[in-house]
Amino acid sequence: MAAAQRGDARAYDDLLKSVVPFIRALLRRRIKSAPLLEDVTQDVLLSVHRVRHTYNPARPFTPWLAAIVARRGVDALRRGGRISRLETQDEDAAATFADSEANNVLGSHDAERELEELLAQLPDAQRQALQLLKVRELSLAEASKVTGLSIGALKVSVHRAIKSLRAKVERDAASR
Amino acid sequence: MTDRTQQLIADLVTQLTPVRPLRAPLARAATWLAVIAVLAALVVMYPTRVLHRSTYTLTDVELWSMLATAVLGVIAAFHLSVPESSRRWAWAPIAPLIVWVLSSGHSCYRIWHAGVPATNLPAESPECFRFIVIVSVPLAAFLLWMLRRARPLAPLPVAFTAGIGVAAASAFLLQFFHPFDVTFMDLAAHLAAVGVVTGLVAASGHKALG
Repeated sequence: MAAAQRGDARAYDDLLKSVVPFIRALLRRRIKSAPLLEDVTQDVLLSVHRVRHTYNPARPFTPWLAAIVARRGVDALRRGGRISRLETQDEDAAATFADSEANNVLGSHDAERELEELLAQLPDAQRQALQLLKVRELSLAEASKVTGLSIGALKVSVHRAIKSLRAKVERDAASR
Repeated sequence: MTDRTQQLIADLVTQLTPVRPLRAPLARAATWLAVIAVLAALVVMYPTRVLHRSTYTLTDVELWSMLATAVLGVIAAFHLSVPESSRRWAWAPIAPLIVWVLSSGHSCYRIWHAGVPATNLPAESPECFRFIVIVSVPLAAFLLWMLRRARPLAPLPVAFTAGIGVAAASAFLLQFFHPFDVTFMDLAAHLAAVGVVTGLVAASGHKALG
């Protein structure tokens, strides 16, 4: 380390590579997760680089390094504790996405395709009114110009279309 | 070793520049205390307004505990700024701080017990507060500047002990300009100022050192 403090890159490279197993061994006492262990090891290396001027060449290197490892290990555990307090575990999440049947149900709910199928079953006037007013979100006046229907007729068509769709969806859901 | 760790080591080696090892914490603390002592001596020697002195002066216990709080607070801050020192240093200024507060409280009791009329006691509490806060600013700036060189891994305990040290040092310097006994109000002003300074230095130091 004393050589690294003088700017000896080769000595620094050797030192950092040789201390990685020691850092991991110390951290493994507190951290079991392999990805976290790797992250904290890198954090320690960054800290060693940042505070390398605080090492006193007259003193042993290991206690100095162990102090940095201990500090960064505690920081990681505290950070992990804070995150786990703020996050909520969704125990059903894995079952929902890992279960093949659940995925099939989710797949059948392809909203766009289902909407197209439902719209295709409506009478032309209702389908056109619904597409213009609810899908393309035109105003009643604009939809009236496009279709040539009165505003009142458009309102009635949309109302009937939604009623039909609701009934159809409820029937489908009941039959599943 | 993973590829990412190997890459990180390669990056750190590329960025390596020579550094001068930091002096021992005690030596750095001694430097700060010596500079402050010299400046304080110069200020004290300069003709200044001496406030009203009553027959009740501060006891040796008060003065020494105040000075010990300042010295131990500063030494603790320098120790805590480097990785290898024990984190128990954070407790170092607490014992003299407690003695200081208790002995000041005892002085207040003595004044009250002696039945000194309130009109005979100088009402300098706001000035005490201002003195401690204002004098603390340059002291804290100088101390944080020195501590910053260590780039502490845990800045909060460093900033906190530095705050206690600076506040106590300012309160000690106040005694050269405020050589009368403390009243309840003075004690409240001293403690409020010490609390404010410690809080401000801890907050600003946490950011400055982080």
